[in-house]
Amino acid sequence: MAQRPDNRGAEPTAPIVDTLIQQLVNGITLGSVYAIVALGYTMVYGIIQLINFAHGEVVMIGAMVAYTVIAALVGAHLPLPPLAILVIATLCAIPACMAVGFTMERVAYRPLRRAPRLAPLITAIGLSIILQNLALIIWSRSPLPYPQIIDTVSYHLTPHANGATITNVQVGIICLSIVMMGALLLLVYRTKLGIAMRAVAQNSQVAGLMGIDINRVISLTFVIGSGLAAVAGVMDGTYYGVAHYQMGFILGLKAFSAAVLGGIGNLGGAMLGGLLLGVIEALGAGYVGDLTNLCHLSGWSSSLAQRCADDPHLAVFGSNYQDVFAFIVLILVLVFRPSGLLGERVADRA
Amino acid sequence: MRSYFELRRHPGLEWAGLALVAVALIALPWVLADIGTAWVRITNLAILYCFLALGLNIVVGFAGLLDLGYIAFYGVGAYVYALLASPQFGLHLPFWVILPLGAGLACIFGVLLGAPTLKLRGDYLAIVTLGFGEIIRIFLNNLSSPFNLTNGPQGITLIDPFRIDGFSFATTQRVLGQTLSSPIKYYYFLLAVLLVVIVINLRLQNSRIGRAWEAIREDEIAARAMGINTRNMKLLAYAMGASFGGVAGGMFSAMQGFISPESFVLVESIMVLSMVVLGGMGNVFGVVVGALLLSYVPEVLRYTVGPVQQAVLGRTLIDPEVFRMLLFGLALVLMMLFRPAGILPSALRKRELQARTRE
Repeated sequence: MAQRPDNRGAEPTAPIVDTLIQQLVNGITLGSVYAIVALGYTMVYGIIQLINFAHGEVVMIGAMVAYTVIAALVGAHLPLPPLAILVIATLCAIPACMAVGFTMERVAYRPLRRAPRLAPLITAIGLSIILQNLALIIWSRSPLPYPQIIDTVSYHLTPHANGATITNVQVGIICLSIVMMGALLLLVYRTKLGIAMRAVAQNSQVAGLMGIDINRVISLTFVIGSGLAAVAGVMDGTYYGVAHYQMGFILGLKAFSAAVLGGIGNLGGAMLGGLLLGVIEALGAGYVGDLTNLCHLSGWSSSLAQRCADDPHLAVFGSNYQDVFAFIVLILVLVFRPSGLLGERVADRA
Repeated sequence: MRSYFELRRHPGLEWAGLALVAVALIALPWVLADIGTAWVRITNLAILYCFLALGLNIVVGFAGLLDLGYIAFYGVGAYVYALLASPQFGLHLPFWVILPLGAGLACIFGVLLGAPTLKLRGDYLAIVTLGFGEIIRIFLNNLSSPFNLTNGPQGITLIDPFRIDGFSFATTQRVLGQTLSSPIKYYYFLLAVLLVVIVINLRLQNSRIGRAWEAIREDEIAARAMGINTRNMKLLAYAMGASFGGVAGGMFSAMQGFISPESFVLVESIMVLSMVVLGGMGNVFGVVVGALLLSYVPEVLRYTVGPVQQAVLGRTLIDPEVFRMLLFGLALVLMMLFRPAGILPSALRKRELQARTRE
């Protein structure tokens, strides 16, 4: 193997284990956001067997509304602690998203509940386009930078000076997701509304005969999912520091993949799928460059060795392929285990 | 089709009508060229969209398999042409060699997509195909290192136009005292291909294969019980749809002279799907109407939305492009709510209705 010059200079390199831990931390953070969004998909699917394609846009609206509130509060120079600003922004984003979710169900999905499957799918695409372009008009075409109100503090996870760290934002995102998932599970399994939701999911006609207002339950499901999406939007905006009118699309797709990975219609599955997908993505993006580095093959070809002397990172696939992993996972799951990890078989029904 | 063309009872009238349409189509580019050459180019693109919509109609309309990544095949065809007829690799093959190659490769990709997704239905299929489309686009965007295949986001430039011996489609010539500009040449070429494609589609629809697709769309289990090999038929639908897309992509490459992954984004897939849906899934003429409508309306908007806003509000409040997308989203929703079968509903439904009234 050819000599691989260390291009990282004098800086001490992190041990391999540290890199792995770092990728895991990043992956779990990302996965928590996916899981929260995936819950929205899976709840709606569980109840009316419909894939709410426009769910990602609700996340986007949440991030955008929160951006506006944060920017306004920061601009007003009120004596508020940063965390309070963030909480206020989230509390504004939640009702906004709930309103969007409610309207969506009422206008585009309810009239089509008995229509062929293609119809609600196409209205969802239409809604997605409408919401994106409305956001473009209301906010901006360019990415909106979130004001950096929270001072990022990194905590070392290992004794190495250059080792793995976790930031306070990451801790916040992971903890908040766990709390929200717990709350949702309590809601679904311990309250009257939860019983009604599960009843409608099992058999909506019979549930109706038992005196459950089906339309109300379905509306509430959309509203709850949208509320979760709002929080996910704020998390995503705070974590990456930007909001963009197209951010919901790819996030929504990945969250959907997560829901399918876990088994769509299954709450625990969505959480598991989200976390797994986040970790897969982080590990994939982190290691695919090294794994497909052609310089490992330098011994086989002299021309390759020459090129590697100039640039030791001659990877076929780099981290720019990050978005591909979610889709590959999605396709593999649907082909080999359409029911997902925890779900029952649904692909035929779909 | 019979129901639309009641003229058929009067063959003379029918021929006269056809002749009128033919004359109009032949004269069209000259009329448009008077308004502005841009409109001839727009018409050419509209015809390309007709190809795409017709190709997708085979998959979605005939066989009932929802495909949201269709633009990937267009991209494959376009890149095959661009790579084999541009300075990128110094290759300059003639177009009649490349177009079939592009169609073939797109067809292979179609089967590659179709094979693992045979068991999936409805919205699951839609999302897998969407993922597939995105994967192809991400690859086109990133296959510039370590070996420069697609030139990444910069795209490929200086793509050869169509050329038959000395006759190039890119130059302006004087033929029989008339100036024959490049878009007009392409127009006649595309029009001829479009006619062929429409005839193929009409014949397909009424063939044994077309009826098999229809049966699969209506009830897959019943179709299998009737002895239809559903696996092969579905794969055939994917393959044929994809190869139409591939051919259209090659022509797009040659016409534009420049392509980049930007042209093959999801919105384009959705646009083509909307053409099929708005026009009337499964109806060849409906799909053509849908494609033409969705190609021209945005262009008309482009020239009207800005000035109208200027006149009424004194400034451009909404970008024409954004306005177009808003209208487009709204059209999708309203169409599904109020006229789910499309502008010209498929012949099947017409036939069913007629059969019922006759009883």
